[in-house]
Amino acid sequence: MSQSPLPHSLDDRADRIATPSQTVGPFFHFGITTDQGLGSLAAAAVGERLHLRIRVFDGAGTPLPDSMIEIYQANAAGEYGTESFSGFGRLATDADGACLFETIRPGRAAGADGRRQAAHVNVCLFARGLLRQLCTRVYFAGDPDLETDPVLALVPADRRSTLLATPAEGASGTWEWHLHLQGPAETVFFDL
Amino acid sequence: MTDIRPGEAKSQPPLTYPAYRSNVLRAPSRPLIRVPANLRDLAAPVYGYLPIGDGDRDLTRQHAGEPLGERIVVAGRVVDEDGRALPHTLVEIWQANAAGRYRHAIDDHPAPLDPNFTGAGRALTDAEGRYRFVTIKPGAYPWRNHPNAWRPAHIHFSLFGHSFESRLVTQMYFPNDPLFPHDPILQSIPDPRAQQRLVSQFDLDLTEPEWALGYRFDIVLRGRHSTPFESRA
Repeated sequence: MSQSPLPHSLDDRADRIATPSQTVGPFFHFGITTDQGLGSLAAAAVGERLHLRIRVFDGAGTPLPDSMIEIYQANAAGEYGTESFSGFGRLATDADGACLFETIRPGRAAGADGRRQAAHVNVCLFARGLLRQLCTRVYFAGDPDLETDPVLALVPADRRSTLLATPAEGASGTWEWHLHLQGPAETVFFDL
Repeated sequence: MTDIRPGEAKSQPPLTYPAYRSNVLRAPSRPLIRVPANLRDLAAPVYGYLPIGDGDRDLTRQHAGEPLGERIVVAGRVVDEDGRALPHTLVEIWQANAAGRYRHAIDDHPAPLDPNFTGAGRALTDAEGRYRFVTIKPGAYPWRNHPNAWRPAHIHFSLFGHSFESRLVTQMYFPNDPLFPHDPILQSIPDPRAQQRLVSQFDLDLTEPEWALGYRFDIVLRGRHSTPFESRA
């Protein structure tokens, strides 16, 4: 490792190798998930309030008790990062592999090409065992806009359901979404 | 595809790396689906405009007494791949204490906790993308990945940058650590030059006389404007 010139300089494009990712590890809680307020996005926001309950499972079907979920979404008008709605949330999963965000249903945000996409929540998963984060999207089952969403169209039809949150039984206003790292229901992850 | 980044695959760890045992049941088995640049969400998470005090940047002053261990300064610049500074971006760190023990309920390494050290800090970069922490050099610690496995001393870093794809969680190491060749987490990065990007450099200019050794750790985030067109130029 010591033979090649050290790419520590920032002056040269060839040396500005992007800093590699490393795992968040199992000990992040006291560092970056101390603020439970990051689970409540809805406070001052306009829009349809909902709870999004996310559960994370490994290849053996065991819930991940030590992962971190970040979400990022548009407001009800489809705009990102406004003054009244940051759209950012971050929680650790609990012993059931679960975390619960209190948020609003996002509006249809425009992608870089200006086209409106179906309502979705961007999700990033960080965990022990993952050398880099996994990025995906959660859409809402039954949304008629799913048919024309250009990102969902990149996903083989038989895997699209892995990206759909569904209304939780017996809990009105709660949507449930399961993230499976492996297995027959393995979630679709995106390369951004 | 017009937006493939040459060389990126070798500078980032792969998804699947079974030498890191926890990876086996957690790495997705199917390839990622690439989202072309024209379909991505444009904006970046707005997070980090929270009040940050001196105690957040100086991990040696968060308790009544001083923590045990070697006091150090860790500082550097945050830039994107095009060399532009990232001002006012949040940098969060967490780490073990000098004995190699985290202040965390599931850390059962039989090394002492330090009542004067939590090991968590945060800072915003300044207008030129610079940040600076004062802390304690963390200890190496054993883990159960393989027989006699030890993690090299490291500080965890978390950064947001200015776009969704620039989000980075990583670890900073210290120069010349003999544990590097034995650590599957560092060795998961295929390109040795990219590995070196995670190794801080001793820096006499950051070293404070009769107070603390200085280590420089510059961070390069993927940039929203960094297209292969630009990077080949």
